[in-house]
Amino acid sequence: MEAYLDNSATTRVFPEVAELMTKIMCDDYGNPSSLHMKGVQAEQYLRYARETLAGLLKAGEKEIIFTSGGTEADNLALMGAAFANHRKGNHVITTQVEHPAVLKTCEYLESVGYRVTYLPVNAWGQISLEDLERAMTPETILVSIMHTNNEIGALQPVAEAGALIKRINPQALFHVDGVQGFGKARIYPGKMNIDLLSVSGHKIHGPKGIGFLYMGEKVRIRPIIHGGGQQWNLRSGTDNVPGAAGMAKAAELLYQHYDEDRVRLYQCKRFFMDGVRKIEGVRINGLLPGEADGNGTAPHIVSVSVPGVRSEVLLHALEEKGIYVSAGSACAARKPQPSATLKAIGVEQALLGSTIRFSFSVYTTVEELDYTLRIMYDKIPMLRKYTRR
Amino acid sequence: MFTAFLIKYAEIGIKGKNRYLFEDALVHQIKFALKKCEGKFLVHKAQGRIYVEAEGEFDFDETVGRLQHVFGISGICPVVYAEDECFEKLCETVVKYVGDVHPDRNKTFKVHARRARKDYPKESMEINADLGEALLKAYPEMRVDVHEPEILLNVEIREKIYIYSKIIPGPGGMPVGTGGKAMLLLSGGIDSPVAGYMIAKRGVKIDAVYFHAPPFTSERARQKVIDLARIVSRYTGPIYLHVINFTDIQLYIHEKCPHEELTIIMRRYMMRIAELLARETGCLGLITGESIGQVASQTMNSLIATNEVCELPVYRPLIGFDKQEIVEVSEKIGTFETSILPYEDCCTIFVAKHPVTKPNVNVIRRHEHNLDERIEELVRTAIETDELIIVE
Repeated sequence: MEAYLDNSATTRVFPEVAELMTKIMCDDYGNPSSLHMKGVQAEQYLRYARETLAGLLKAGEKEIIFTSGGTEADNLALMGAAFANHRKGNHVITTQVEHPAVLKTCEYLESVGYRVTYLPVNAWGQISLEDLERAMTPETILVSIMHTNNEIGALQPVAEAGALIKRINPQALFHVDGVQGFGKARIYPGKMNIDLLSVSGHKIHGPKGIGFLYMGEKVRIRPIIHGGGQQWNLRSGTDNVPGAAGMAKAAELLYQHYDEDRVRLYQCKRFFMDGVRKIEGVRINGLLPGEADGNGTAPHIVSVSVPGVRSEVLLHALEEKGIYVSAGSACAARKPQPSATLKAIGVEQALLGSTIRFSFSVYTTVEELDYTLRIMYDKIPMLRKYTRR
Repeated sequence: MFTAFLIKYAEIGIKGKNRYLFEDALVHQIKFALKKCEGKFLVHKAQGRIYVEAEGEFDFDETVGRLQHVFGISGICPVVYAEDECFEKLCETVVKYVGDVHPDRNKTFKVHARRARKDYPKESMEINADLGEALLKAYPEMRVDVHEPEILLNVEIREKIYIYSKIIPGPGGMPVGTGGKAMLLLSGGIDSPVAGYMIAKRGVKIDAVYFHAPPFTSERARQKVIDLARIVSRYTGPIYLHVINFTDIQLYIHEKCPHEELTIIMRRYMMRIAELLARETGCLGLITGESIGQVASQTMNSLIATNEVCELPVYRPLIGFDKQEIVEVSEKIGTFETSILPYEDCCTIFVAKHPVTKPNVNVIRRHEHNLDERIEELVRTAIETDELIIVE
């Protein structure tokens, strides 16, 4: 049996998406910028992608900018907003638990003269609105808060933060990193006061190499990639037609069964957490106090600390049985330093190197999770015997 | 401009009646190295020399780079061929050659002519003098020094006339394959690839064995070792890499033996398995990257303990090297960057906080008896499930 439980790293592409993309790549391969028929044909796909994604966000077509992925969308949002507004102020607010695509871009902004405030989080990974309110100044031009944390699945109070930001300083832009949230939650930028929203294609059963930035129509940012002037000059470069159409198709399919899938995912999560709790000494990170069923956090992420077993070893032991998981988060797993998020929520030093992330998708079944649990029951006591003495 | 290379070899020259064996091996290794090179090459022996001639277009830097990986080559001389038309023409060609190849001509020189074709109208000494004169006329800043010239201009009169003056250093050593074959214990660290390189340099063909311990070591650690073998194989030719699953043996030792002795006992089993593989594959020795005192298992006492389990000689070319010296070689041969990738290998993963540094062999032997029940079977299984990867 195989159980792919690393869906926060990347997901399997829906067959319908692959089919559509193959057709575009092999038959309708034109460049939307070309004036001839092939170009017009390709433009239709791009239009389909924009309309579909805009529809899911209840936004306008012109508010969707395709990028090479979530990282570029985050970079474009942060740098684009900061550079366009440097006359209004130089203060940026974000959180300590953002993805490196945001954190490293903020560090870059600091290096060119911006001031950045990193909001702390509580033991379950959420910022406090009071902290946000205190951090806001008339100089604040941009606030960037992630929707769903990629390591522990914590959900930030995005809508409340949006309202607060616009109440205190209507000029400040609000960016939300929606890479882990889009497809798992309904996000409506208009209602939530979100000016900029980053989304990635391959986290929602679409292809890699594509993402998009939602940008409210009144928002002005500076491009970070210059060239042929595609996408209203905001993101030059030949349009990735198969990528954009594939991502839109994936999103469309995902939201078609949104409600059933969400219920099922939370059932899976509950089943899995109940099983994990039977292992001696384990801890599930980031759950809301008093909400043991996990409904207060993302439906698809469970972060588990297993004292006495190094995460890499457990990961490879599960891999031998066809179970694929992540140590910390995939982006950080190849670096030796422990995860900033786990540290920020106060996971003890000893457990930092013993934390595994399980992340589900619509393909995940209770059978797979049951299989995973049985393997864990079997392996963990054995592995605990062989730790360093 | 250059159309051929004259290959200089050092130690082969002093061999006796079996010299041709070494030369043939070198020709073979050169042909192999140039296979992946852009262009077509003719490699041949002539009058006790090896020539590499390019047939048509070729990439000079790439070709020299490849040749610098062939053990046995001490120098690579880029050669210009000139047609034998008349002596005046030859003078012009030589003057032009010096103009192109030696932009800084404020140097001393000597012309060294060789007349392999004895029907050439001038004698060697005459050629030396006349060509020297032509050069002095063309470049007054040059001076003659027949004892220690800065530029030694060789002119060989054959069917065509060969002109060369530059020697690009080669790696030295002896052609791989002339010295038998040995089994390298390859770990993924900095030392073992260097050890393999050094023994291969003496003409020894290399097979390698890697011990992996899933799930304690990852697929990426295994890939890293394959990558290292690939870099070393640029010098040694294809490497037969044996991947041995060591997990069960390691866990069994962990269970039955004192923890401080784990690394030593583990290494003893690695040596035993390596020797069994070596005997199966016709290897004449083992190679390790050990250096005295570098870690607990490499003290002289520990080496007694790991050495005594095998009968084949164990070659430890780094035994007197400091870490920094090893790093320098690994940087030179290009393995360093890969070696320092942070994946656990099976030597580090279970290591005790305070392993024994002066193991007593008798005590170790006694403790090894704790393993009597299952160890033979485990070793047999490990060898039977050997995964062979041909790396090139």
